[in-house]
Amino acid sequence: MVDVFTKPKISAAQIVLVFSVLVLVIVVGIPVILIFLTAFFEDGKLNIPGFVQILKDPDTYQALWNSLIIAFGTTLCATIVGVFFAWLVARTDLPFKKTMKALFLVPFMLPSFIGALAWKVLLSPRAGYINKFLMAIFGLEKAPIDIMSMGGIIVIESMYLFPFVFLQVESALERMDPTLEESARISGAGLLTITRKITLPLVLPSILSGALLVALYSLAHFGVPAILGTEKGIYNIPTKIYERIYSSGGSFRAIRVGTILSTILVISAALILKAQDLLLKKGKYQIIAGKSMRPMLLKLRALRTPLLIVSILYIGTTVILPTVTIFLVGGLKTYGLSFEIKNLTWANYLEIFRWKMTKDAIWNSVYLSLGAALVTMLAGTMISYVIVKSRPKGKFILELLGVLPFSLPGTVIALGVILTWSGRFGINLYNTPWIIFVAYIARYMAFSLKSNSAALQQVSDSLEEASRACGATHFQTLKNIVLPLIRPGMISAFFLIFLPALRELTTSVLLYGPTTRTIGVAIYALNEDGETVRAAALASVALVIILLGETSIRNFLARLQKQE
Amino acid sequence: MSEIEFRSVSKSFGEKKVLKNLSFLIRPGECFTILGPSGCGKTIVVRLIAGFETPDEGTIRIGTTTVADGSKGYALPPENRNIGVVFQDYAVWPHMTVLENVLYPLKMQKVPKEEAIQRAKAAVRQVNMEGLEDRLPYQLSGGQQQRVALARALVSKPAILLLDEPLSNLDANLREEMRFEIKQLQKSTNSTLLYVTHDQEVALAISDRIAVMNEKGEFQQVGTPEEVYDQPANPFVFRFLGIANFIPLRARDGKTFLVSGGKEFLSLPDPVQKEMIAHKEVWKDGEKLLAACRPMEVELSRTTGPLEGKVVRKALLGPIIDYRIDIGGTILRAQLQTEEGSMKDLLFEEGDSCRVGFSRLLWFPGNGEGEVANG
Repeated sequence: MVDVFTKPKISAAQIVLVFSVLVLVIVVGIPVILIFLTAFFEDGKLNIPGFVQILKDPDTYQALWNSLIIAFGTTLCATIVGVFFAWLVARTDLPFKKTMKALFLVPFMLPSFIGALAWKVLLSPRAGYINKFLMAIFGLEKAPIDIMSMGGIIVIESMYLFPFVFLQVESALERMDPTLEESARISGAGLLTITRKITLPLVLPSILSGALLVALYSLAHFGVPAILGTEKGIYNIPTKIYERIYSSGGSFRAIRVGTILSTILVISAALILKAQDLLLKKGKYQIIAGKSMRPMLLKLRALRTPLLIVSILYIGTTVILPTVTIFLVGGLKTYGLSFEIKNLTWANYLEIFRWKMTKDAIWNSVYLSLGAALVTMLAGTMISYVIVKSRPKGKFILELLGVLPFSLPGTVIALGVILTWSGRFGINLYNTPWIIFVAYIARYMAFSLKSNSAALQQVSDSLEEASRACGATHFQTLKNIVLPLIRPGMISAFFLIFLPALRELTTSVLLYGPTTRTIGVAIYALNEDGETVRAAALASVALVIILLGETSIRNFLARLQKQE
Repeated sequence: MSEIEFRSVSKSFGEKKVLKNLSFLIRPGECFTILGPSGCGKTIVVRLIAGFETPDEGTIRIGTTTVADGSKGYALPPENRNIGVVFQDYAVWPHMTVLENVLYPLKMQKVPKEEAIQRAKAAVRQVNMEGLEDRLPYQLSGGQQQRVALARALVSKPAILLLDEPLSNLDANLREEMRFEIKQLQKSTNSTLLYVTHDQEVALAISDRIAVMNEKGEFQQVGTPEEVYDQPANPFVFRFLGIANFIPLRARDGKTFLVSGGKEFLSLPDPVQKEMIAHKEVWKDGEKLLAACRPMEVELSRTTGPLEGKVVRKALLGPIIDYRIDIGGTILRAQLQTEEGSMKDLLFEEGDSCRVGFSRLLWFPGNGEGEVANG
């Protein structure tokens, strides 16, 4: 008998596992641990009273409270709006449904802080164009609408977050088995009863899960409260963290306050995600099949046209009005002039590409997001492969670490990255673009993992095993079989990262240095400095880039899908 | 053509022990089938031979090579084992054409391109897929995909061919056709073939030898199809190879009595058969035993026969009539040719009384441990 094998010292699978664990530990594990350590320990000792004291401080306490109110209000408004329009599109005979459905998703494309900027221009109590217009018409003494308030923040956030709910509920309503409703109808129930007793309970998990997404997003949202609230002294957690760190020039004390507030964010995010997980796992949800069926449509009759007009008006006010405003303001010779041709100039836009600060910002954003998208996609592919496909020992550590990125708000990642990469471990990336790069990887790892794991789950194990049996090594199998099959998932992961990274603000705003502003930071900073026209001009350029990106990518993905 | 030997192989997944101390030998060039219920661990045997799993204990040998040794914790990777595998879900690569799929093993073995294409085309012809070389898998039916998988497994002339339920996703007609083709291909390529299935018809039709496996992953009997079908080692094997009648009995005074109802059944079987089946045990008074037969071995009559029965259900299945007969609390299934039934005036109606005899009975000791529920 011949023994032909020697035990391989380290297998390829083990190398990949170790590498995956390392990436996750370095990029998300250590930053999170440092945040918790900094929050709970002072001078190497557990300091719970210190922790509590900072939460009790009226200043931070108010920020916490505001965050909660904003998140709650936004979730409520966005859910009502989202469910209403989802129902309108999925369950009524509203005309031009397909177009309307696409239009309702457009608010996703418009970065909410740019939207907030536009609304500030229109509705700020002092100089808002609409306010001035209303005051002139009705001869009012005071501005009738103040967008720079808690209510204003809630309304604007809801405007741009409602698609989360819309998407979830619309697809659930479309996929719901119509026989469930039909049998209720046969049993003699009226439409109202059916909606209340059958439809609503069935789509409730989707509604709640969309609502939780909105809550998660809003709780840790920086852009809108920063633009509408900061000037008036309204802070939520992320803007408070920014304000403390910024005003103290990055002092450790400020960072410590930041980590304590971050801890609250992480815990709430984890709870929200857990709740969502439980909701989606409920057996109830299975009544909604994957198949598309034709649901019972409600005839709107006389309300058909009015409701169409309402929908168009809604999209007009939330998307078109702010976009047009941004473009117009960006063209103004001086802020405050009226929108007349003689007051407008192209020079502002051209200047964006000449002026060093904005030119740098565009370039920084483009290469940072491209680079981060590429690296995060590749690392995510590898990590997902280990999680989904192989069964090495110690895999559970990886699974645990793999969930972490999902529950880390942008502000928290920024703080963690500051704590990790400002020389504590011998590497100081502060004020270099690398720190933003590392932060983007951590921030978008969740997207990459999600997209890649979904693609990998489609590749059945036997496809790989068949290749091994044909004489291919593990590596050849990855190259010849696995990678070609998950390529669409990888490409979509790339764009899922690239597009939001291009307009990122929350994380970059805590990390930028004099030469490392990103587009989002530059717009925000210009606005802070009162350079509203320049901010709007840069925002216009950003909107054009985003729009071009979105459409070309959509075309590309559609072509790819056709090919498959 | 290589032999395969398992020596005391054990394999667990977490707490679940799938294989315990399993040993067997597949002879070179043999068509060996593992027949067992789903989830019994038969797929694991294939995966262990292919190298997708490593045994916890024991050794696996292919030809002269020990490919896995549980005690040393090592295993030869699948790509070095010279095997062909056909999976239950075909595992045809969706991004490659038929020809590319079949070419792949040759490419991996660095066969010169010209020769590789010749051989791949020959393999495609062998499975009757000529003309479809440039199709992508989604353009093929299930049966065609299965043939591609088969061609791919055969093309490199592996010493061993492993087939894991390759026909279970096909419809009945195609299944019959394909099992014939598989047997043909195996003969022409002369490889050692391990076939794993829960379908006793396929197993009986194509195998040189069959191993019947129970839910615990233990081999109950290994033998030729005739041996396994005709002389089942125990009630499990008997039951697994077709519709089975089990009659639980108790011995007393040289006679047997039905356990349910306590009626007299038959005299104890003659010593020859008793010895053969019961391994020279002498059946004592009060001992439990089990008589077994196929539905076709139940002889119905209007007037003669040792037992009295009552027809509780009748079903005409075309060429065959299927009865359920109550003999004192135990229900038997009886089948006879429709033609024979009408000729001999044996067409009973539900509720009719009849006499019941047996053309053949198998005797098993004990009460069959849960195997007595009649199908």
